[in-house]
Amino acid sequence: MHYESPVRKPLILGDKSYTDITNDIAKPVETKAPRAWWIAFSIAFVMFLWGIGCIMYTIGTGIGVWGLNKTVDWAWDITNFVWWVGIGHAGTLISAVLLLFRQKWRMAINRSAEAMTIFSVIQAGLFPLIHMGRIWMAYWVMPIPNQFGSLWVNFNSPLLWDVFAISTYLTVSTVFWYVGLIPDFAMIRDRAINPVQKHIYKILSFGWGGKAKHWQRFEEVSLVLAGLATPLVLSVHTIVSFDFATSVIPGWHTTIFPPYFVAGAIFSGFAMVQTLLLIVRKIFKMEDYINIEHIEMMNIVIMVTGSIVGVAYITELFIAWYSGVEYEQYAFLNRATGPYWWAYWAMMTCNVFSPQFMWSKKLRTNLIFTFVISIVVNIGMWFERFVIIVTSIHRDYLPSSWSMFSPTFVDIGIYIGTIGFFFVLFLLYARTFPVIAQAELKTILKSSGENFKKHHSDHGAH
Amino acid sequence: MGHTKHNTIVRALFNDDDVVLDAVKDLRSSGYHVSEVYSPFPIHGLDEAMGLDRTRLSTAAFFYGLAGLFFASWLTYYTMTADWPQNIGGKPNAYWFLNMPSFVPVMFELTVFFAAHLMCWSYFAVNKLYPGAKAQNPDPRTTDDHFLMEVELEGEETDLTKKLQELGALEISKVEA
Repeated sequence: MHYESPVRKPLILGDKSYTDITNDIAKPVETKAPRAWWIAFSIAFVMFLWGIGCIMYTIGTGIGVWGLNKTVDWAWDITNFVWWVGIGHAGTLISAVLLLFRQKWRMAINRSAEAMTIFSVIQAGLFPLIHMGRIWMAYWVMPIPNQFGSLWVNFNSPLLWDVFAISTYLTVSTVFWYVGLIPDFAMIRDRAINPVQKHIYKILSFGWGGKAKHWQRFEEVSLVLAGLATPLVLSVHTIVSFDFATSVIPGWHTTIFPPYFVAGAIFSGFAMVQTLLLIVRKIFKMEDYINIEHIEMMNIVIMVTGSIVGVAYITELFIAWYSGVEYEQYAFLNRATGPYWWAYWAMMTCNVFSPQFMWSKKLRTNLIFTFVISIVVNIGMWFERFVIIVTSIHRDYLPSSWSMFSPTFVDIGIYIGTIGFFFVLFLLYARTFPVIAQAELKTILKSSGENFKKHHSDHGAH
Repeated sequence: MGHTKHNTIVRALFNDDDVVLDAVKDLRSSGYHVSEVYSPFPIHGLDEAMGLDRTRLSTAAFFYGLAGLFFASWLTYYTMTADWPQNIGGKPNAYWFLNMPSFVPVMFELTVFFAAHLMCWSYFAVNKLYPGAKAQNPDPRTTDDHFLMEVELEGEETDLTKKLQELGALEISKVEA
């Protein structure tokens, strides 16, 4: 029953027992934070405060404080929105799609990847809200009866579809994450010595006791949620791409956008998971659980999705030429050779060229190289959104209104602020939550643990 | 339900999932009723071995999703066709069905929203899970690496105790339920 082919590499290294897993995963929660954590947290917190200041300034004065102008009326805000939403895709992909495909290596990384999803969707959600200008009117996007006659929201608009997609995605990811967290909170509750800590985890664990019927329901709910979250995650970036694809702007009006955006989202999300987990495994000494096998698997996903994105870029160029529409052709010519050529080629280099190194087994199992590429990919994906948004609109049909975009300190400040906010949330999570789904991991110890696998190969499958 | 007469429960603690599973099968075939197993992780096949019914949560989720789909259809019909029809981008709005293709994203999202959230609320409700609830497991070791089995006492206590010991129980205790 616990047999697994010897071809599969062990996912849990070392001579581990169930208690070892419990101890290792409870450790960051029960011990004092390492110095590196405090340094990282302080930096992130300062960035977060700076971002809050810039957001307050924007709300108090108006979005005129951004670098937008009459021609370029969408720039960093929407770039950052799409970038963060894209990053948010990997968590659900890992926990839902890989669950449906029965990929056991997901178990060590799904908890943190889902945390990353939730925290980055929160960052994404900030941008449309502050872009409204009058954020106190944000509830107008909801279809609620109001005193303005029978004026309703417009269900034909992709921007409204986005409201439904993002809010469904954020809330469903959160419950999916929480359902999985409950048994692990119960584990911390049952071993807590400090009464305050025990009380907090008692509240968080909802009284979980691990009854047989409850585990049966737990597995069913996880499976159904995975089945629901899989089309959901694909729909979210599809709908984000509709914001552009349903418009008539050359460079946006393309049917390839939904699959291209989804591939790009998975690509950038996995890169962010790599960045975060390479740090987490080091600081919290989780190398036995998040080992080279996991890193390599994720690098392969990055390589494949990066190549899909590359094919999409080239298809776009081809279709622009093949369409025979001169505006469409100019939009792409302008991207590659116009004043924003550097952004276009930065995108091409980071997203299409750099992941190709992962064909080499030596490079994709090298931690430092992986870390560097993961950051390069996220820079590239930011440029992709910038290129799509700004270069498509900065030169419109009327050459007299052509212009350039340059961000103000507020644009930059808000972006930095969201990075800070994201890391504040993630670092707090890493200190107070079980960062690995330990209950799930225990189910594969006997099939994928190094000691058990070794025992099997020495003594044969019983 | 039906078991109200047997109110003495014997608890046995184990430290291996395979041993527990075998023990449950053995006890069931000897005519004992294993009323509960507390475990730190889901044990594959335990629900079948204990004779538990399949959960109906997934069926419930299907109907919750259907409710979401109907709600979204009604909402878009009421707001876009019945209450205040508007010509938006030349899209036909005389009948809901003609305008429906551009409501598909919202209909899909609300289907997922209803199915996922209502299923989770049902899951919390049937498991009696809520913030601050008292821990349901009698022994805190069962969220770490131990497995606690509850067997209803039938016949002689010594027979059952002996059997449990043979099946690999580490600790055995008796509670009056």
